[in-house]
Amino acid sequence: MTNSASTFVNIGERTNVTGSARFRRLITEGDYATAVSVARPQVENGAQIIDVNMDEGLLDSVEAMTVFLRMIAGEPDVARVPVMIDSSKWEVIEAGLKNVQGKAIVNSISLKEGEEPFLEQAQKCLAYGAAVVVMAFDETGQAETAERKFEICQRAYTLLVETVGFPPEDIIFDPNIFAVATGIEEHDDYAVAFIEATKRIRAELPGCHVSGGLSNISFSFRGNEPVRRAMHSVFLYHAVKAGMDMGIVNAGQLDIYDDIEDELRDLVEDVILNRRSDSTERLLAAAERYRGQGKGAELTKDMSWREGDVSERLKHALVHGINEFIVEDTEEARQSVERPLHVIEGPLMDGMNVVGDLFGDGKMFLPQVVKSARVMKQAVAHLIPFMEEEKAAAGEEARSAGKVIMATVKGDVHDIGKNIVGVVLQCNGYEVVDLGVMVPAEVILETAKRENADVIGLSGLITPSLDEMVFVAAEMERQGIDIPLLIGGATTSPAHTAVKIDPVIDVAPVVHVLDASRAVGVVSKLLSDDREAYAATVKQDLAKIRERRLAARASKKRLPIEAARAKGWDCDWSAYVPPAPKSPGVQHFDIPLAELVEYIDWTPFFFTWELKGTYPSILDDPARGEAARSLFKDAQEMLKQIVAEDWLNPRGVCGFWPAQRDGDDAVLFADEERTIEKARFYGLRQQAAKDSNNPHVSQFDFLAPEGTPDWLGGFAVTAGDNPEIVERFEREQDDYNSILFKALADRLAEAAAEWLHAKVRREHWGYAPDEAFSNQELIAEAYDGIRPAPGYPSQPDHTEKRTLFQLLEARERIGMDLTNSFAMTPASSVSGLYLSHPDSHYFAVGRILRDQVEDYAKRKGWTVEEAERVLAPVLDYVPGTPVAA
Amino acid sequence: MTRQDRIQALSALAEDRILILDGAMGTQIQDLKLDEDGYRGARFADWAQPVKGNNDLLNLTAPEAVKAIHTAYFEAGADIVETNTFSATTIAQADYAMEHLAAEIAAEGARLAREAADEMEARTGTPRAVAGAIGPTNKTLSISPDVNDPGYRDVDFDAVHQAYLEQARAMAPYIDLLLVETVFDTLNAKAAIKALIDLAQETGEHIPVMISGTITDRSGRTLSGQTAEAFWYSVRHAKPWAIGLNCALGAEELRPYLAEISRVADTRVIAYPNAGLPNDMGEYDEEPHETAGHLSEWAASGLVNILGGCCGTTPDHIRAIANGSKGAKPRNPVRRERAMLLSGLEPFELTA
Repeated sequence: MTNSASTFVNIGERTNVTGSARFRRLITEGDYATAVSVARPQVENGAQIIDVNMDEGLLDSVEAMTVFLRMIAGEPDVARVPVMIDSSKWEVIEAGLKNVQGKAIVNSISLKEGEEPFLEQAQKCLAYGAAVVVMAFDETGQAETAERKFEICQRAYTLLVETVGFPPEDIIFDPNIFAVATGIEEHDDYAVAFIEATKRIRAELPGCHVSGGLSNISFSFRGNEPVRRAMHSVFLYHAVKAGMDMGIVNAGQLDIYDDIEDELRDLVEDVILNRRSDSTERLLAAAERYRGQGKGAELTKDMSWREGDVSERLKHALVHGINEFIVEDTEEARQSVERPLHVIEGPLMDGMNVVGDLFGDGKMFLPQVVKSARVMKQAVAHLIPFMEEEKAAAGEEARSAGKVIMATVKGDVHDIGKNIVGVVLQCNGYEVVDLGVMVPAEVILETAKRENADVIGLSGLITPSLDEMVFVAAEMERQGIDIPLLIGGATTSPAHTAVKIDPVIDVAPVVHVLDASRAVGVVSKLLSDDREAYAATVKQDLAKIRERRLAARASKKRLPIEAARAKGWDCDWSAYVPPAPKSPGVQHFDIPLAELVEYIDWTPFFFTWELKGTYPSILDDPARGEAARSLFKDAQEMLKQIVAEDWLNPRGVCGFWPAQRDGDDAVLFADEERTIEKARFYGLRQQAAKDSNNPHVSQFDFLAPEGTPDWLGGFAVTAGDNPEIVERFEREQDDYNSILFKALADRLAEAAAEWLHAKVRREHWGYAPDEAFSNQELIAEAYDGIRPAPGYPSQPDHTEKRTLFQLLEARERIGMDLTNSFAMTPASSVSGLYLSHPDSHYFAVGRILRDQVEDYAKRKGWTVEEAERVLAPVLDYVPGTPVAA
Repeated sequence: MTRQDRIQALSALAEDRILILDGAMGTQIQDLKLDEDGYRGARFADWAQPVKGNNDLLNLTAPEAVKAIHTAYFEAGADIVETNTFSATTIAQADYAMEHLAAEIAAEGARLAREAADEMEARTGTPRAVAGAIGPTNKTLSISPDVNDPGYRDVDFDAVHQAYLEQARAMAPYIDLLLVETVFDTLNAKAAIKALIDLAQETGEHIPVMISGTITDRSGRTLSGQTAEAFWYSVRHAKPWAIGLNCALGAEELRPYLAEISRVADTRVIAYPNAGLPNDMGEYDEEPHETAGHLSEWAASGLVNILGGCCGTTPDHIRAIANGSKGAKPRNPVRRERAMLLSGLEPFELTA
């Protein structure tokens, strides 16, 4: 599908260092990964093109443009749309052109420096294949009047079309939007000049387009969003009528023209169209009244659907996930048909088919589907006794579309994703046998054989689960169990499936399932008549991924560990005094639930429900907003209940120990004199060759070496758990609330980590006693110091948790423990180390070479094989094969 | 015949019938069953690295065999043959430590195809054209080779541009057209296009170019993630003589994406699929009549202007394709309303 627009194209402006303070900070700090996450929501929110601007004095703009465009190239949600390469420096624009595979727009070139550079740059744009924005700017300056704006554009047009051979449809003029209502009389006509110039350009220069940066117009009303929004809308309304067909616009800063209050619209229109000499004063006088005004019409519940017939009501209840009347409606339906099964096969399946279609079309979202499934289950639960009765009389067997065995593998306790997949499969008529969490391979396989399963689904969240999945697959091969195997869960990937799982199993196809929405498609294909062709395609795809991985791995340069160490992160330790903890030693806390609520980071919560987008903008998303708001409302209600009724009992433990760096490791001492070694944490170092002079970081680089007294901290927090609540929801067939509860518990555990870290910085370690950050700033990690967790990118070795838990006496103090795969129990828990250095930051170790693995094994007292098993996800080589020189 | 005459003759021919491109070079070379020594020849007998599999090297070490393959394709009915230069770039030859030979390999490959074409032209009196094959190289500009470092690249635009410029410059004296093919990363193709534009500036002579992308799987996307239509918008500034798709998929799987290009392209459309999908052993077993069956349906449906074969196809396939498409009316390039056509991974259109 072509993204086609004939009226107005909305260009996203968040990925602009001159426009977004947050984006600027992320780029100047080199945090490109988070910067990419700024691009994503604006595309989700409807930006049809994204403007990328790196013009910031302190930045190497060429490098920033290059790296950022390369980063987003790998983000399909962002790279979907064309890029506008925005810079006032040609070298930055050219760097951008060298890093976009699509056809981009250059923003901008102009006659500012005369015709020669203008023509040369235009020619290059043609050779690179880009459209171009031309500013109404010439040797004498920026055009302010309609007359000059048009003249410059006309001159540029003639040069481009006749001298360079530029296609007119690829020319976009920007006739300069300047601020109005500044109090300076000459500025009053700026909006009118733009609108008039736009009219002439579109009428007299055939084929071209007109664009502009909208936010300039309202610059004098900074801080008064309602007035700014109205100015943007009114200006756009008139400019678009005049022929402006593109614009750099923050969709959140626009009102619907007709929704603007009459009085405000008139006042703004007077300013934009320069209709009265006192229009600025009049708008200024009224502006204060509008400041801080929001929107908020309460929706009343529409109950008219209750008036339809019973099958209509059932369908409505399913599609809208309303369970209030489901039992009485189901009963009414049952009495009107011959057999209870007819209710399921008739109105209920009809309703679920509508749900399935809407979900498939992207018009319904996961939380809504799970709610629908809850309604369905409750309806079915009502019918089951009647069906049993009937079955007892006739002796039949119920049939399903297929049977799926699902389990979270041994050593892992995470089951939200697995439960969601289970629900979605059930909605589509599959029978799901859910074995729960921590399920050993033999139980999974025996159940699959006994139940005569059609598909086995494995799930896991932590990296050691990946190995367990390989083991299950290998066992299937050994025992000749030819049941298709599904792989899913946060750490799983097509690459891991291709490289590690697929090669060990030939008897059955292995499919990696990215998210719940794909599960039904995959299972139905695996059970269809074309299953062999499908399995063959999947196998080929995996083989292709494998080849690509091997090729990629071989081509990536990595430094020997000694060379990487020589380029480690360092600082002038003699000029730095590490802060001493105010309360050393170990202490534990009960954490008040109520205090955690404000620390919750909601974005990952929505991710759990496959509502990808950033909170709070996800709530206003045109497509997902409705689903997100409804989910958020349910979450808020349950959260209130969790707090009011103490459903969880969060607790945490932290400790601080005198410590110093020893190579890549940290030595902890029992005494402040640092003579008695108490424990050791081990570190891994980045080995991937770097483009620039960036250091090859290891986490304890941020810890002072011998001679500078420093301290290391550690913590473990849990939200606690409540099996009774979970059982209650499960008994009530209420997957929706069961998943909601677990998802909230996970968020509360993360919130507890944030809460404790803040408390540590302010009080227990106390190096930032006056720190006062908002939750947004905490989420953005604006504070000093980090809390890297073992098993995550900064230190992929999960076994380090054992040392941490022992030091913290986590089991004795707060009842937290580790499984044999180093998953934490209760499931909603977080642990990690604390480093206090203000320049410490998170990083990913990335893939490592055998030399480091051998050295690491030696330091940890392991065999190399043991180290290779633990570090399998980050090895840059295949263990047991000779390494190329 | 000069290049210009031949292009004119070819353009005129393309108005009347489907033009035929040749089939796979690799499959024919495999049939020669050359061993390591066969690849090395006398000249590279002492080369420090194995070179078996460096098919383009045969332009230097087994020129007669390469020329014979071109001749066989002409005899089977090809109007255009591709030079044996898919990997004749400094970047791709680095695998064999033969970077410094890339230009020589490219020039010789072009010369051999020219000889075969001129001989056939003299024998038959009908124009036979040579397309200089420009492969994708083995590096990609849009994809990080390291999943942990998405901003990393092991090659940059300037390096790819330079490699293509050298290759095209070496082939220019002998060829009628250029064929930027098997494009799995559009940014690599854009570097090639820029190189060809720069070469035209340098020599003052414009060589028409054909561009052919590769849809890597049934998701309908290139390896670098673009849809077929987005791919076309990204390379349209080259004003190509033909645009199309080749490789990766068999004809059956390729059809919907070819139809997508055919629907939007305001130039000729070229297509040369593999002989089906590879079997378990990575071999292609679609028979000539099967491939030709699919392709003649494309011709009859007015989807294409130029047909040929990629991996697994042989002179017999090309003969069957030429016969099968006889009498079919070539596609008329679409005329489109004036619009700004942009692309990310997906196409974007703004009418003027």
